[in-house]
Amino acid sequence: MNNQVKNRIKDKLFSIWGWISVSIGIVALAVFIIDILFDGLPVLSFRFLTSLPSRIPEKAGIFTAMMGTVWIFILTAVIAFPLGVASGVYLEEYGIKNRLSKLLEINIANLAGVPSIIYGLLGLEIFVRIFRLGNSILAGSLTLALLILPIIIVSTREAIKAVPQSLRDASYALGATKWQTIWYQVLPASFGGILTGVILALSRAIGEAAPLIVVGALAYVPFAPTSPMDNFSVLPIQIFNWISRPQKGFIQNAAAAIIVLLIITFLLNGIAMYMRNRWQRKMKI
Amino acid sequence: MISAEKEILPILNQQELYTVEPTHLHVASSDIVETIDVNVFYGDFHALKDVNLAIKKNSVTALIGPSGCGKTTFLRLLNRMNDYIPSHMVRGKVLINGVDIYRDKIEIEQLRKEVGMVFQKPNPFPKSIFENVAYGLRIQGIKDKHLIHERVINAIQQVGLWNEVKDNLRKNALALSGGQQQRVCIARTLAVEPDIILMDEPTSALDPISTSRIEELILQLKQKYTIIIVTHNMQQASRISDTTAFFYLGELIEVGKTTDIFTNPRNERTERYITGRFG
Ligand SMILES: Nc1ncnc2c1ncn2[C@@H]1O[C@H](COP(=O)(O)OP(=O)(O)OP(=O)(O)O)[C@@H](O)[C@H]1O
Ligand SMILES: [Mg+2]
Repeated sequence: MNNQVKNRIKDKLFSIWGWISVSIGIVALAVFIIDILFDGLPVLSFRFLTSLPSRIPEKAGIFTAMMGTVWIFILTAVIAFPLGVASGVYLEEYGIKNRLSKLLEINIANLAGVPSIIYGLLGLEIFVRIFRLGNSILAGSLTLALLILPIIIVSTREAIKAVPQSLRDASYALGATKWQTIWYQVLPASFGGILTGVILALSRAIGEAAPLIVVGALAYVPFAPTSPMDNFSVLPIQIFNWISRPQKGFIQNAAAAIIVLLIITFLLNGIAMYMRNRWQRKMKI
Repeated sequence: MISAEKEILPILNQQELYTVEPTHLHVASSDIVETIDVNVFYGDFHALKDVNLAIKKNSVTALIGPSGCGKTTFLRLLNRMNDYIPSHMVRGKVLINGVDIYRDKIEIEQLRKEVGMVFQKPNPFPKSIFENVAYGLRIQGIKDKHLIHERVINAIQQVGLWNEVKDNLRKNALALSGGQQQRVCIARTLAVEPDIILMDEPTSALDPISTSRIEELILQLKQKYTIIIVTHNMQQASRISDTTAFFYLGELIEVGKTTDIFTNPRNERTERYITGRFG
């Protein structure tokens, strides 16, 4: 009896604590978004999206930075997706399970937590200097691809692990090879999960500024890039650059650019969720 | 013993001994499956002990015995489905159509086309009914649309599913009932045209009506295929099988004509099991 009362009080306390924690998060986010919207919405316009950068806040736009972000997004995806998924499949399906692979697994998980600026330094040395790619979109994309590879590998492995053995059994029992089983059954069944991981990783990549600054992304690019070897800027760097200016106009521009970046990120996450749900429904019925 | 055999083999190849052999060869030819002193281990655990069992072509063999006695292990031995378990080890001979599937050079994929398998829980692919049945053909690289179509429809007709699904072959197989799903799984196996079909408690997840349909189906399939079925249902074993094999703690205790096993078992443990006095 006494115990029951105690448990009920604990229950209550815990739910209050949880409620407070959640509220703090939501309030902070709301304040942030309202502030940004307040500053940014008035400047956000078609002109803002299609104008080149300028020294005059009212004339400046985010066209080059947005195009840079699009380039970076696509190239990073093209590089990281096949590499990450293939590594995940290999480690999960073919890799020998021993102490070394256990160590590798832990290391990959740890790599996902390495500060992004470290990846920037790695990219600077390898891609910019050794491979002589210069301060190009390609060098930036390769660097970001390295950054998100661990996330893609880990989520691919998780997705593959969740595929029931009965599905593999069915395929093997009909005379399928291991590769056929992976290609025709395991990958389709886990693709929803893999895709979610890839898109979430990519939405992290397009929010990164630090590693791209290190590999030499520019704050001011007069023209939108037209090839992977061009110089570039991206939205986070543009935002960073504007925020450090004294004029009030640039602060507003930065807020507007943040809104654009947020919309892109939310859109990506939305697509990820939509695709996952669609895929799972298709796989269930 | 294995090394002794190796020494004998070259002698067997000599002409004069060949003339002595035919009677033995003849006997072996009607046995589509034969295991000779088979032992199976999972690491240290001895799961099958000196199992000698011969199975005739176009017969239905029921494997019965209490839970954990090695029925599934025996079944999966025959299409090498346990190969992926690292601790799984086989000693002895498993002959299928006279070929030692663990020692002769064989393609494991080819073996599984000859020895099909139906599982306890229906496990259709999350694809259309048509694609489920066509899968085994597609992975063989068969591209001929007419051939695939013909074989798929033929297989669906064989399992008696045609009237139920003919209008929506493109429907996802997971949307079917459990019994229909299991028949899709059987059709999928038939489409590959195996010689032997292994069934591991194929009706244990099904309702009585679906169960009796599958039992009827097994009796029909006997004309063309050799069927080995694991079941916990004694009535089922006596209804559909010609031969019954009773396993207990990894040993094959008794094997014989089903009518004999059920009316007149020789071993006391068999009798106790089939009369339900231990389980
Ligand atoms: N992968 C495995 N690793 C280790 N031991 C195993 C493995 N699979 C089965 N066994 C053991 O081998 C024995 C036989 O298992 P098996 O699945 O063949 O039994 P069964 O007769 O099919 O039982 P049931 O009627 O419950 O399906 C059991 O004791 C089981 O614990
Ligand atoms: Mg079993």
